[in-house]
Amino acid sequence: MSLLTPTIRPSVVARLNPVAKLAVALIVSCALLLSIDWVSAGVALLLECLLLLWCGLSARQFWLRTAPVWIAAPMASITTILYGEDSGALLWQFGFISVTEGSAQLGLAIGLRVLAIGLPGIVLLATTDPTDLADGLAQVLRLPARFVLGGLAGLRLVGMFIEDWHSLTLARRARGVGDGGGVRGAARRFFGPAFSLLVISVRRGSKLATAMEARGFGSDAPRTWARPSRVRAPDAILVGIGLGIAGIAIGVAVWAETWSFILA
Amino acid sequence: MPARGPQIRAVQIRARDWGWRHAGRHSQAVSGLDLQIEPGERVLLLGASGAGKSTLVHALAGVLGDAEDGDETGSLLIDGCRAAEARGRVGLVLQDPDSQVVLARVGDDVAFGCENLAVPRAEIWLRVRRALAEVRLDLPLDHPTSSLSGGQKQRLALAGVLAMQPGLLLLDEPTANLDPNGVIDVRDAVVRSLDHSGATFVVIEHRVEVWQDVVDRLIVLDPAGGVLADGPPREILASQGEQLAQAGVWVPALPPRFPKRHPIAAAQTLLRAEGLAVGRVPFGRRAASVVADGITLNLCSGTATVVTGPNGAGKSTLALTLAGLLKPAGGTLHASGTFAAGIISEPHRWRSQQLLSRIGTVFQDPEHQFLAATVLGDLSIGPRALGLSQTELTSRVDELMHRLRLDHLADANPFTLSGGEKRRMSVATVLATRPRLLVLDEPTFGQDSRTWQELVTLLAELLDEGTALVAVTHDAQFVSALADEEYRLGTPEPIRLGSGAL
Repeated sequence: MSLLTPTIRPSVVARLNPVAKLAVALIVSCALLLSIDWVSAGVALLLECLLLLWCGLSARQFWLRTAPVWIAAPMASITTILYGEDSGALLWQFGFISVTEGSAQLGLAIGLRVLAIGLPGIVLLATTDPTDLADGLAQVLRLPARFVLGGLAGLRLVGMFIEDWHSLTLARRARGVGDGGGVRGAARRFFGPAFSLLVISVRRGSKLATAMEARGFGSDAPRTWARPSRVRAPDAILVGIGLGIAGIAIGVAVWAETWSFILA
Repeated sequence: MPARGPQIRAVQIRARDWGWRHAGRHSQAVSGLDLQIEPGERVLLLGASGAGKSTLVHALAGVLGDAEDGDETGSLLIDGCRAAEARGRVGLVLQDPDSQVVLARVGDDVAFGCENLAVPRAEIWLRVRRALAEVRLDLPLDHPTSSLSGGQKQRLALAGVLAMQPGLLLLDEPTANLDPNGVIDVRDAVVRSLDHSGATFVVIEHRVEVWQDVVDRLIVLDPAGGVLADGPPREILASQGEQLAQAGVWVPALPPRFPKRHPIAAAQTLLRAEGLAVGRVPFGRRAASVVADGITLNLCSGTATVVTGPNGAGKSTLALTLAGLLKPAGGTLHASGTFAAGIISEPHRWRSQQLLSRIGTVFQDPEHQFLAATVLGDLSIGPRALGLSQTELTSRVDELMHRLRLDHLADANPFTLSGGEKRRMSVATVLATRPRLLVLDEPTFGQDSRTWQELVTLLAELLDEGTALVAVTHDAQFVSALADEEYRLGTPEPIRLGSGAL
């Protein structure tokens, strides 16, 4: 498995157009960023969890990929509960730390929000091949091909950066400047190879650009696409589901009178 | 005549007093070039380093840029059009396999050029399959390009160009970074496609023997401008062979001389590997994944050991482990008492500065080794880390710069040097601390015959002085010239060769 050719299990979600997935992730995020209350985030999360059963990731992949969110959500939640703005009845106090009804609710709202925004985003992108995403961005959203394909080709260089970094650090050890020197030495050992890596990467990038140009890339002439990127009925349904989740989450929160529009 | 593909019209090249000066440079890269190449001709382009071969080929491919990038004089025409306007008529394959892969999957990468030429979708996939078959890259279309070997990547680049059905195929040192099998695969793929398409063909390559039987014309560029020699390969090699060899071209009839070795009297073991397993720790993991194991060998003073074997057998990883840069993944690696000289016997636990006077490593890519902004500054780093006095440092560095013909480059930035200069520089940085064991990873890769000769002579001198040497290499001539012992990865016992066999 690599960054650019992830192993994606065939599934309904994997076949969807990446642009539709991106749209859903954006719709849900925007809706949930409009308010900070636990009801809207909770409802959205509940609905998402029902859909995640069809996400096409194995259990192992799911937990591995989403681990950062599962760690970040409780952390954000606890910090807010302990240090968030106090309001309502005091529940617990220890020195500077005070937990009130208000800060507890806020903490819950934030934790749920991190999950409700993070999970669908990660899951949808984990089932997306970068090449398909680029095809979608260029053909469906009509972003400039030069920009999209240039970015995609550049992404391939990232894997090489890791290789180069490894060689650069070994070379430093071989040349007698691989250890010692305390904090200043450590800083030098980071910035030295970072500069070399920059030079080497720029060189690589310009060679890649020449190779792409030699294959007819970069002119303003029209180009064709070997892989069609189409928006089909399932993609429209997915976007509809996204709008549905956002709408229901906001609706329930308004009905429960917990909705607090952040710009109001 | 072999059957020709119906769609391809071979291209005619005509240069009239053509010249190019790169922006920001004082001297012309190419000047006063008069040349005509007829449709379907196959040309090997030679010349000393700096004669402007690459510039000419880049110009023909239309990737040299515009007035901002340099000044053009005279005319360079492809079928009567300016080269920059002949888009899609010309295909170019470059030297570095890694920086030519554009997309993540084999099929998509081959399709890339066709897409840019607005070939209809159905036609693209027909061409992709045909091109992959032609270069014998028998892989699924969704195979990841990152897992290909160097030779496969070059054939992939060739397929991407062939799918564009160019009337002119240009290759700029396409095999310089490949192992011998990769070279033959790429060469054969090119010949097959030319037999089929009948396209005009121009290749730059300083290893003449690879292409001499395939081309029907040899053109030698003159560094002073224009053409030095032009004609059938046999005639040109007979009349110009001597000058070409001196300019660094590998002329088959004039192989470089092997240095005479003077084995030292009593070779001591410096480093001993027993049942050694080598591997690297993948990014984000804790345990090393073993690429080769069961390695038992001795590295002795005054003895050259070469490590050979197929791609991916773990040769470079073994070299880095022997050099004390990677931790052994299993087995043992111990320095002898005299070699360790009072410190712990496992090289990977030595401090960076303790390695300096014991083991010197020349990396496959010289650029990875460069630390300072000038050649002089870079060469001083090792001796300074050893704590040598300024006088001692200056005398060592001056001597090295002289010995490796780097004097005139003392203030140059190492990254701006030519390929041969970079290689000499990377060896010099290591020799500056006089290590007793030298580890070299593909030291002769892509080098011209002149640099090769200098390198081998220098290494032979070091061996005679008692330095131990271990080199990873694909280069059969290097093995014949220097090796006392060959360790072929994948075989149980090291093979003894040359003087070591006596």
